[in-house]
Amino acid sequence: MTNDPSCFDEMMLGPDRVRAPYQSYFDWFSQDDVKRLRRKAGEAEAFFRRIGITFNVYGQDEADERLIPFDIVPRIISAREWARLERGIEQRVRAINAFLHDIYHRQEILRAGRIPKEIITGNAAFTPEMIGVSPPGGIYTHIAGVDLVRTGENEFFVLEDNVRTPSGVSYMLENRETMLQMFPELFQRMNVRPVSAYPQLLRRSLSDCAPPRSGMDAPVLAVLTPGIHNSAYFEHAFLADQMGAELVESQDLRIEHGHVAMRTTQGYQRIDVLYRRVDDAYLDPLTFNPESLLGVPGIMDVYRAGNITIANAPGTGIADDKALYSYMPDIIEFYTGERAILKNVPTWRCSEEDALAYVLENLGELVVKEVHGSGGYGMLIGPTASKKERTAFEAKLRAKPANYIAQPTLALSTVPILAKSGLAPRHVDLRPFVLASPNRIDITPGGLTRVALKKGSLVVNSSQGGGTKDTWVLGD
Amino acid sequence: MLLGRTAGGLFWMFRYLERTENTARLLEAGWHMALTRDAEDSNEWQSIVTTAGMAAAYDAKYDEYNPTNVINFLLRDRDNPSCVMATIGLARSNARQVRTALSSEVWEATNECWIAFKQALARPVTERTLHDTLTLIRNRISMVRGALHGTMLRNDIFAFSRLGTFVERADNTARILDVKYYVLLPSAAFVGSRMDNAQWEVILRSVSAERSYRWLHAGDTNPRGITEFLVLDARMPRSIAFCIGQIQHYLGQLRQEYGTEAESHTLIERLADQVLTRDIEAIFQIGLHEFLNDVIRDNQTLARQIEQDFRFYG
Repeated sequence: MTNDPSCFDEMMLGPDRVRAPYQSYFDWFSQDDVKRLRRKAGEAEAFFRRIGITFNVYGQDEADERLIPFDIVPRIISAREWARLERGIEQRVRAINAFLHDIYHRQEILRAGRIPKEIITGNAAFTPEMIGVSPPGGIYTHIAGVDLVRTGENEFFVLEDNVRTPSGVSYMLENRETMLQMFPELFQRMNVRPVSAYPQLLRRSLSDCAPPRSGMDAPVLAVLTPGIHNSAYFEHAFLADQMGAELVESQDLRIEHGHVAMRTTQGYQRIDVLYRRVDDAYLDPLTFNPESLLGVPGIMDVYRAGNITIANAPGTGIADDKALYSYMPDIIEFYTGERAILKNVPTWRCSEEDALAYVLENLGELVVKEVHGSGGYGMLIGPTASKKERTAFEAKLRAKPANYIAQPTLALSTVPILAKSGLAPRHVDLRPFVLASPNRIDITPGGLTRVALKKGSLVVNSSQGGGTKDTWVLGD
Repeated sequence: MLLGRTAGGLFWMFRYLERTENTARLLEAGWHMALTRDAEDSNEWQSIVTTAGMAAAYDAKYDEYNPTNVINFLLRDRDNPSCVMATIGLARSNARQVRTALSSEVWEATNECWIAFKQALARPVTERTLHDTLTLIRNRISMVRGALHGTMLRNDIFAFSRLGTFVERADNTARILDVKYYVLLPSAAFVGSRMDNAQWEVILRSVSAERSYRWLHAGDTNPRGITEFLVLDARMPRSIAFCIGQIQHYLGQLRQEYGTEAESHTLIERLADQVLTRDIEAIFQIGLHEFLNDVIRDNQTLARQIEQDFRFYG
């Protein structure tokens, strides 16, 4: 394998120098037969198809269910590296929950002048309907995904926070399941921390946020899905199944006696916690988008009365808005009194005149992102964009500068994949999954590693040709 | 606790699986006929399409009944919403909808069934490849059934699955008999002719009963015997009597599990009364066609009542 010397490879420091966390894996790999491994990769694909971990491509018929490509070379993180990430992630998620509570109540952070008022009040992700509402358990973002990238031995950055409805956890779990089936010997050889407790932790975490209920009954949990045509339907069904919750659609729900209830074969039954996988805008046609058929009319009234937990809470999107991102170090300091453990990527806010000028001048070296965009759409990667693309983007930027932020192009770390010629380095990112409840924060060791399968590509999104890897955090 | 929509999804998943299997079975019967008869004789293929209830759609597309057209129309034609590929797709789509209620074995068997059909039916099926294709269909569906019996709890989820199977099967058997009722009338003058033997054979084969019938009746194929076997013999798993008995059983299980009596319980008792208490003479007295029509209608009414009683659609 030959490395690109301009970026950090997590397995190989040089032609014969393997980084410590990968040593044991590397030895195993070197003794194995690449043909056998390639055959295994084929098996993995058949396995994914059989269990139906597919995602639908919008606008195409059912015949076009796609698989997210899976690479069989694990991404390995040492216990020491993980311990530091874990502390940083926990700090960040605590701060985000405190921030959300504050922003929908006293707005101390605005009063203190730590972030500009317009960035909140003028923001489409700010949800005035949530002002003064206190979610049961006091938690706003129950499930969070913090996207991390690495550029060196000790250089980790938070690329973005996902605190609305982060997806991908089912891939984390199924990737591990697949690896366990294919390479049991590796797990005997190496001390890999398990991830399988996630569904149970999710159940406990959501139950701990349930509204108080008379009697000793366990709270009733349900996962709300837009339905089988949603691209993440597999994950919705998977999580409901794994945590023993009902998988409901809007047509199953209605408001009865001040509670949200689902239609069962024996009549309506009350739900205490709704893990919803529909966006805020569709949640309640009476409060938000009146055209929505995916939500439950009146659910916001039940919510305001404290009779249902909605996870994640409506209005959390203000915290992962890209316009807010650059203020995250201030936010963390404001609510925890500590400096941020995890670094932010330096960010130019194009709403600011000086920054805009700089960005326009250096477009060829920067990544420019839409403030409200996601999934890798609507962004410009300066170094790889054509002149024409840059010119077109410049016009958009000048027209609505506040819609954009810009960041330097990071030299993302690489981890090898099994390519035709053997191991070949590809760029990766990492999304660890975090569960927050009133008493605790649980971070599953590892998370979802997304990998750009094309040589040199920095785009890891599954909608644009990215794949995934199993992520191993080693025990002490 | 079971969502009404999920109960409905299970019911329809198994109705569509049963329907898929029945279409394949019917095609197998037609193929057997074609093997043993003159190649030009297209009547049997026409009769297969009629029995499958797809004549209108077929006639809209083709002017003549030749084997290749019929085979592909029943198995994989996009213009035929009831073809095997369409109904297995609906079965799987319902299964996806209710996959939290299914054991992973049942879901995977259903999904693999669909994947295998998709591959096998990607290109036109010829008379040469038909046998293998039908074998694959039968085997794959048997695997779903096997997974259901081997891995599912015997609770309401199982009951709704089975109800779907037997409501569909009762309908299918009644329709097959009804399409052929004229050859089964005792007064038919052609008893014993070559034509009639072939007709009976199609009927028996299309419910996979030719061996068991011969075994029970020592090869004496007569209309009365066949009708009695397919309507009233409760040992025969595709007879109307058997299906009604199973529907009674699973509705009874739901009554016990839920502790409530629903309207569908009344309807099934009435249907059972109408079929199980009669002998074959009485049925011919009423008129086979009239009798079968009543069964089909009452079975449909029952299915709608089950939907309502258990809140499939809110």
